[in-house]
Amino acid sequence: MASRGPRTEALWGYAFIAPTGLGLAIFYLWPVLQTAYFSFTEWGAFGGHTWTGLENYTRLIADPEVGRAVLNTLTYTALGLLGIPLAIVFAALLNRPGLGGVTLYRTAFFLPVVTMPVAVAMLWRWLYNGDYGLINQVLALAGIDGPNWIADPATALYALIVVGVWSSVGYNLIIFLAGMQAIPKELYEAAAMDGAGRVRQFFSITLPMLSPTAFFISIVSVIGSLQLFDLVFVMTGSGQAARANPAYSRLQTVVQLFYERAFVTDDRGYAAAIVMALLVLIAVLTVLQFRLQRRWVHYV
Amino acid sequence: MSERRPLGVHAVLIISSLLMVAPFAWQIITSLKTLSSATAVPPTFLPEGRWDNYAKVFDLLPFGEQFLNTVLMAAGRVAGQVLFCSMAAYAFARLRFPGRNLLFGLFLSVLMVPPQLFVIPQYQIMSALGWLNSLQAIIVPGLFSAFGVFLLRQFFLGLPREIEEAARLDGAGPWRIYWSIMLPLARPGLVALAVLTLLWAWNDLFWPLVVNTDPEKMTLSAGLASLQGQYQTDYPVLMAGSLIASLPVIAVFVFLQRQFIQGIAHTGTKG
Repeated sequence: MASRGPRTEALWGYAFIAPTGLGLAIFYLWPVLQTAYFSFTEWGAFGGHTWTGLENYTRLIADPEVGRAVLNTLTYTALGLLGIPLAIVFAALLNRPGLGGVTLYRTAFFLPVVTMPVAVAMLWRWLYNGDYGLINQVLALAGIDGPNWIADPATALYALIVVGVWSSVGYNLIIFLAGMQAIPKELYEAAAMDGAGRVRQFFSITLPMLSPTAFFISIVSVIGSLQLFDLVFVMTGSGQAARANPAYSRLQTVVQLFYERAFVTDDRGYAAAIVMALLVLIAVLTVLQFRLQRRWVHYV
Repeated sequence: MSERRPLGVHAVLIISSLLMVAPFAWQIITSLKTLSSATAVPPTFLPEGRWDNYAKVFDLLPFGEQFLNTVLMAAGRVAGQVLFCSMAAYAFARLRFPGRNLLFGLFLSVLMVPPQLFVIPQYQIMSALGWLNSLQAIIVPGLFSAFGVFLLRQFFLGLPREIEEAARLDGAGPWRIYWSIMLPLARPGLVALAVLTLLWAWNDLFWPLVVNTDPEKMTLSAGLASLQGQYQTDYPVLMAGSLIASLPVIAVFVFLQRQFIQGIAHTGTKG
């Protein structure tokens, strides 16, 4: 029967991928090319644009605001990685055989993951409030005069990192827990026979076996951190209101700068160049991590 | 061999669990206070039963409309992704056609690009279609997902071929096989994708913020974020609002905890 032939199968194949294929082509692949093109143009007041060559990129390199945003974003990304060992430790504690209450603990850690990031940011903004925030009120009980956390240039970025780690540790914990449960029990049994204690087992079996998972998480975290927006946007707002925050220059991130240029000041060509630079930054750091993985990731 | 009771482990876990939950407890307490008692020094730790803060949210924002927009956006994206992604994933996993690997590579390339790169042209498309400040603007680009195709393809690859071949011998066509045999078998994968899509859609900020600036057409996250930078913010009301906005996904998480966690775990373990 002809309708069962490979040609029919091929037609069905194309039909099945057509909706997503067209959607991705129109809304994702074509926009990438367009953004690359826009990054070489300047936008007029009425949406028209003219080719300006590398001008956006030379402007970008000399722009102190871009430099600051990149530095802030890299600091946030680097310090945010500290959340990974934290997640491993908690996953190891939860993975202890016969431990009661695991569902309860897991739920507690996961609550910040499923809560709307805007709501999380708002909540922390309140906790960090210099006058009425709970954190400073608790510190006051101990006689410490806390700063105005997110409006003080000395503390703002670190305050942000605490929220970032707090809200992502549960997500990483779940992935580590899944990774730990995939480690063959026989390895631990054999180690126990050889007299290795729990701590020794953790360092000689769990950690090396978990390193591919840790690698995956570090790739995803770095990419995610480089795209930081929601937290900062809610903490500072945008436009004039944001600039009123004395810590503004310590909080501004690359994506926030992109948002401001693209949709607040309507400087879309420059915004496109900023986001192209972000793509390069992500690519470089991802390739670097793949290079470094040989030093610390153990594949079985 | 008797295990030592893990008291130390419990102590660490209880303290850290409290650190995870305490901010939310403070949020609930604050949401039930008057502004003056919320800003009292030293703080009061008892809630005061000011439930009218929850009603005031609806005066501060077109909260009902924003809630409905968010529900419709999330439902649309979940339904679209589950259907479209599963179709494409099934084809990539089980059907043979020329250019299959090349096309799959093209799909995957979308995953590697930071989403902000799409935004300006997507905005222009919406503007050209006259879709700015509309429901379809926040739904349509979210119907398509390379991640979803990738996730579900892994599921389809893991399903037994025998059932499919038996159905083929019985004369079932590709659509029948996909719809009546493979989809039910891939249910755990579909639920995982649905749950993750719900989480992302509900919490999405950037795109809704860009494309819908009319408060009536905003989603909850954009609506709440738009309150930023306004001085004299009534924090108890804001806390009540952000609590209501987060609650639906938290409720889904509590009911579908297993699937939620498997879904998240799947994003990490399958390569």
